[in-house]
Amino acid sequence: MTGEPHPVIRLVSVVKIYGTGEAAVQALRGVSLDVVDRDYVAIMGASGSGKSTMMNIIGCLDVPGEGEFLIDGIDTSSLDEQQLAMVRNRKIGFVFQAFNLIPRMTALQNVELPLSYAGLKSAERRHRAEAALRLVGLAERMHSQPKQLSGGQQQRVAVARALVTAPALILADEPTGNLDTKASQDLMEVFDRLNAAGRTIVLITHEADVAAHAKRAIQVQDGRIVADRRVTAPGALPPLLTQPTVPS
Amino acid sequence: MSPAQVFRFALAGLAANKLRSALTTLGILIGVGSVILLVAVGNGSSQSVQNAISSLGTSSITVLHTEGAVGSTSATTAFAEPQNLTVQDAQALASVQGVASVSPAVSASETLSYGASSDSASLTGTYPSYFPAEDDTLSAGAYFTTQEVNTAQDVVVLGSEAASDLFGTANPVGKSVLLAGIPFTVVGVLAEKGASGLSSADNTAVAPLTTVQDALTGFGTLNDVIVLAKSAALVDTVEGEITSILDLRHHETAADADFEVLSASSLLSTASSTAHTFTVLLGAVAAISLLVGGIGITNIMLVTVTERTREIGIRKAIGATPGVILAQFLTEATLLSMIGGALGVLAGLIGTRFQIVGVKPVLVPLSIPLALGVSVLIGLIFGGFPANRAAGMRPADALRYE
Repeated sequence: MTGEPHPVIRLVSVVKIYGTGEAAVQALRGVSLDVVDRDYVAIMGASGSGKSTMMNIIGCLDVPGEGEFLIDGIDTSSLDEQQLAMVRNRKIGFVFQAFNLIPRMTALQNVELPLSYAGLKSAERRHRAEAALRLVGLAERMHSQPKQLSGGQQQRVAVARALVTAPALILADEPTGNLDTKASQDLMEVFDRLNAAGRTIVLITHEADVAAHAKRAIQVQDGRIVADRRVTAPGALPPLLTQPTVPS
Repeated sequence: MSPAQVFRFALAGLAANKLRSALTTLGILIGVGSVILLVAVGNGSSQSVQNAISSLGTSSITVLHTEGAVGSTSATTAFAEPQNLTVQDAQALASVQGVASVSPAVSASETLSYGASSDSASLTGTYPSYFPAEDDTLSAGAYFTTQEVNTAQDVVVLGSEAASDLFGTANPVGKSVLLAGIPFTVVGVLAEKGASGLSSADNTAVAPLTTVQDALTGFGTLNDVIVLAKSAALVDTVEGEITSILDLRHHETAADADFEVLSASSLLSTASSTAHTFTVLLGAVAAISLLVGGIGITNIMLVTVTERTREIGIRKAIGATPGVILAQFLTEATLLSMIGGALGVLAGLIGTRFQIVGVKPVLVPLSIPLALGVSVLIGLIFGGFPANRAAGMRPADALRYE
């Protein structure tokens, strides 16, 4: 291989059609995209542009109709539901717009959950979950339940849960959609620092000021990529990172 | 993912909705509890009937005089006139092969008194062979003798209840009691037999046949003849012999017989098959309530799965395999049914300590593991459909669910 960075995700002419016959909707009409290691990509588009379908395929929640999708070099088309679950567990960390924490479980238990599914022992789970919560600045609230936390805090718990398995990719779907301006800024700063620390991040958003944090902005429209703008190199620091210090 | 972890998730899922879980559990509790209790009631009633019958002695045969009271001619028909059951009849039966003893008996309800205390007791006049045939044993004194029967002595053996009613804890042997105003000397007291059927088998007085006939009942018909076969295996053949001898002596056919031959073993087999049917019927009714409880589990698990669709989506998105989701919901359903089953066993055990509609329930030990096993199966079967639905959900759709 050359010195080129290893592609974390690769979409090759991906087509996705929902429904059949007259009612068929072409959500994706041939999308090709490579995201390399340490990159920080914003996928932008209006609702109905196909970005949610892209997010589902990248997140292994859905499979492409045609074309290829590889994550960390693994072709997903041949995987069954069980294997897809393992890929989601090991390779992807999800952050959702609606936080999607499990109610009645503490922040720590929520963060431990993906490690439980990975089959880790209790002590190891706890150690790693506490480290992840410290990283997002929530060490003090780890025994709180989601309903006792603010929206911003809940979303940071979700980020901790996404990164606790050390996935190849953190996939965030409108992560600031339910947050106020201040909480949004705090959250984006967490993403910036995570990227600076070496995490590969794909953000799906329709907000330009959120997309401005990314190193690369991709515009999706009618199931196709219509613009692909590189801001800084994948190996560089995120453009809006104010404090270049990396949390330990 | 370890089974312990699946178990913990399932427990947390149940704890999230305590009232609903408790009510679902109640359905199984009632089902399992009623299976155990009703089977115990059926078993208890069958045992009490069997005890009552076997207290007659399994190799004893009773010939009952039927059609009319002593010396009655009111039941005259165009065919044979009903005849008395006589001591001569009884003596004729003694010659039958396989008969150990024959005890003719007359009975009457008489007032028994000693000093100031008096009581009504059932008086039987018979031969000494009556005691072994009736499975009686002595607690004090002795039985009266054949000699005393032949000479019509005024002696009496009291049942345990009759003795304690008159004498309390004092020893009645040798005392003189009044039976219908005639003094009798108490020679023995029988050991306690317990209740058999409707009346106590202990509130009795047994005196020589001749004495009772002389003083009280007269020399008309006997009330019954107790025949003791040499072994329980001979009862059926002896029963047949008795019937044909008496038919011959009374010039009768089976259709207009003035006697009835009953043996404990024939009563026992009829009663036990009736009791078995009764137990099965009660068990079936209870099983239906268990089935209803099981459907309650399916119902509530379907609601739970629908309600937690989003949670299922989240769990799948972060790496839960269909197998793990299936295991979690199956465990929840099985826990519900097992907790219900365990509490039902407890409720059933408590219930069997009480008398129910006059029956003392007797626990069938096998019904406990059976009811518990069935409740676990119910959890697996009735929880299987909802759990399978949860496991099969597409994560992308489940996450969108509001």
